[in-house]
Amino acid sequence: MEFFVGILNYLVFFAITAGIYAILSLGLNIQWGYTGLFNIGIAGFFAVGAYTSALLCGPPPGPMDWRIIGGFQLPFVVGLLGAAAACGIIALLIGIPVLRLKEDYLAIATLGIAEVIRLILKNESWLTNSVWGLKHIPSPWQVPIQGKIFAFLKTHPLLPAWLQSFISNGYNWFFLALVLLTLGLIYWVSEKSIRSPWGRVLRAIREDEVVAGASGKNVFFFKMQSLVIGAMIMGIAGGFYAHYVKFIDANTFEPLYGTFLIWVMLIAGGSGNSKGAILGSFVIWGVWAGTDLITAYLALSGVRAASLRIIAIGIMLEVILLKRPQGMLGEEKRVSKMF
Amino acid sequence: MSLLSRLPQLVIYGIISGSIISLGAIGLSLTYGILNFSNFAHGDIMALGAFLALAFLLLLRGLGMSENIFYPLSFGLPMVISFLLAMAATAGIAIFIDRILYSRLRKTGPVTLLVAAVGVAFFLRNIIQFIWGPQPQYYIKEIQIAWKIPFLGIRIKPDEIFIIIVAALLVVFLHLFLQKTRMGKAMRASADNITLARVCGINTERVIMWTWGIGTALAAAGGILAGIENKFITPNFGWDMLLPIFAAVILGGVGSPYGALLGGMVIGLSGELSTLFISTAYKPAVAFIIMVVMLLIRPRGILGGK
Repeated sequence: MEFFVGILNYLVFFAITAGIYAILSLGLNIQWGYTGLFNIGIAGFFAVGAYTSALLCGPPPGPMDWRIIGGFQLPFVVGLLGAAAACGIIALLIGIPVLRLKEDYLAIATLGIAEVIRLILKNESWLTNSVWGLKHIPSPWQVPIQGKIFAFLKTHPLLPAWLQSFISNGYNWFFLALVLLTLGLIYWVSEKSIRSPWGRVLRAIREDEVVAGASGKNVFFFKMQSLVIGAMIMGIAGGFYAHYVKFIDANTFEPLYGTFLIWVMLIAGGSGNSKGAILGSFVIWGVWAGTDLITAYLALSGVRAASLRIIAIGIMLEVILLKRPQGMLGEEKRVSKMF
Repeated sequence: MSLLSRLPQLVIYGIISGSIISLGAIGLSLTYGILNFSNFAHGDIMALGAFLALAFLLLLRGLGMSENIFYPLSFGLPMVISFLLAMAATAGIAIFIDRILYSRLRKTGPVTLLVAAVGVAFFLRNIIQFIWGPQPQYYIKEIQIAWKIPFLGIRIKPDEIFIIIVAALLVVFLHLFLQKTRMGKAMRASADNITLARVCGINTERVIMWTWGIGTALAAAGGILAGIENKFITPNFGWDMLLPIFAAVILGGVGSPYGALLGGMVIGLSGELSTLFISTAYKPAVAFIIMVVMLLIRPRGILGGK
C-alpha cells in the first residue's frame, strides 16, 4: 500500500509538471498550430511570466538580496494576470517590427528576445536578484491548507502510515487541481476560438496569407492577436511554475526546457489540435521522465545523461516530421459545421 | 583610459570577431538564398566544425605527428591539417543531413524545415556535449604574447593576424568561385530563382549539395577560427553564435553572400564598440538591437535586392 501511495504521490508531481507544459503547448498551438507563427523564444516568455508573478506575489527583498524592488505579496491571481500582461506587452513589441515579414523573421526575433531576457535576468540584479534568484515564492493557499493537514494528522496519530503519507501530500493535489482547472479553461477557450470566425481567419492566414489579405482580412492585426494571446498563455504557465517550485533563477530557463521540449510536445501531439497539444505534453513529458530512469540505470554523469536524452528526443522529432507530420492526433479538417 | 584611446584596439577586436561572424553568416546566407529557409542549426554547425578540428588534432597528435609550431603562430602543421579536414568533414556531414532529412521534407514546405532545423541544432549540440562534456576544450594551451604596434597603440597577437588573413582568403576564394566557375554561376542563378534555374537545365539538386558543402565548410572555418581566438571551445558556442550570424545576414540582405560579409563586419565592430558605452554583459544584445532596427527601417537589408 505504501508503495502505491509513493507512486501516486509521484504521479501527482508528474501531472503538475506535465500540466504546466500542456498550458505552454496550448499557447504555442495558438501561435504555430492555428496561425503558423514560428516562436522559438518560448523560454523567454516562460521566464518573464515566472519572474513577474514571483515579484508581484513574493516577499519583499530581504537583507541578503541584491534586488531593491518587487515583493508586493499580492494574491496569486493578480500574479498570473501580471505575468500574462507582461508577456503580452513583450509579444506586442516583437510583433510590430516582424509580423509583416516572412515567418523566419519572427523566429529570429523571438530567439533574440529570449536571449535578451536571459541577459537581463542574469545582469540586472536590482530587479531579478541575478544568480541568487528569487526565493520563497509563496504557493497559493499553501499556509492554510498545510495547516489544516498538519492539524488533522496531529489529532489522528493512529492512521496507517500509507494514509498519513497520502494525506500529507494533500496540498499537491490541490495545486494539481488548480493547474488542471486553468488548463481546462484555456483548452475550452482555445477550442471555442478555433471554431469561431476568428479562428477560421487564423487558419486561412496560416494556409495562405495573401488570399486571406485579399479577402479583406487585416492579416497583421490577426497575427498580432494570435502572437499576443499565445504569449499571455505562456506567461500564465510561467507563473504557475514559479509558484510551484518556489525558487527561480536565470538558469532555470535554459533554451532546452523552455523551448525545445514544448515544440516536440506540440508536433508529436498534433499541431493545430488542442487535444493533441495536451496529449503530446503528457506523452513527451512521460518519455522525458522515463529516459531519466534509463540514463540513471546506465549510470551516466548528469550532463552526459541529459545530452543523451535530448539526442533521443531530437531523433524522435525528426522521425515524426518524416513519418507522421500531423502528429498523434492531427488537425481536424473541419472545425465548424453549419448544420 | 579615455574612450578615444581604446577605440583603435576595439576596432581590431571588432574586425577579428567580424571575420568569424562573417564566415558563419556567408554560409547561412547561401543556404537561405537557395533553399529559402533559415537554418537554425547553422550556429551548431560552426561548433561542430570547431570540435571536429579538435578531434582531428588529437588524432594527429596521437599518431605522433610533431608539433613544430609555425613561429610566430601558436600552432603547427597538425592544426592546419585538422582545419582543412574539419572543413571537409563538416561539409560531408551537412550534405548527409540534407540527404536523409531536409531533402525529404522540402516538398512539405519551408515551415517544416524550420522545425527540423531546430531539432538538428539540439541534436548536434548534444552529440558534442555527450562526447566532450560541457567543460571548455583547448586546441593549444600556451598563452601567446601580443605584439605591440607602435603609434596606433594597439596590441594584436600573431594568431589574430592569421585569423583575419584566413577569413579574407576564404572570402576571396568564394568570390572567385561564385563569379568564375560554372557551379558558382549556377548557384547564383538558383539563388535568384530556383524554378527558373531548373527550367534552364541547371541540376538544382547538385547546386543544393554544393551550397550545403560550401556554406557549412565556411561555417566550420569560422568556428575553428573562433576557437583559435578564444583559446577554447564549448558545446554552447554554436548557440551563442546564432544571433550574431542571423543579425549579420538580415543586416546585409538575405541571400546575398556579400551582404553577409558586410553585415558580419558591422555586427562584429558594433559589438566591440558598444563596450565603450554599455556593460560588456550586453554585447550579445547589441546584434539583436541592430537587427530589429534594420527590420523596422529596411527589412530587405543593405544589399538585399529581393
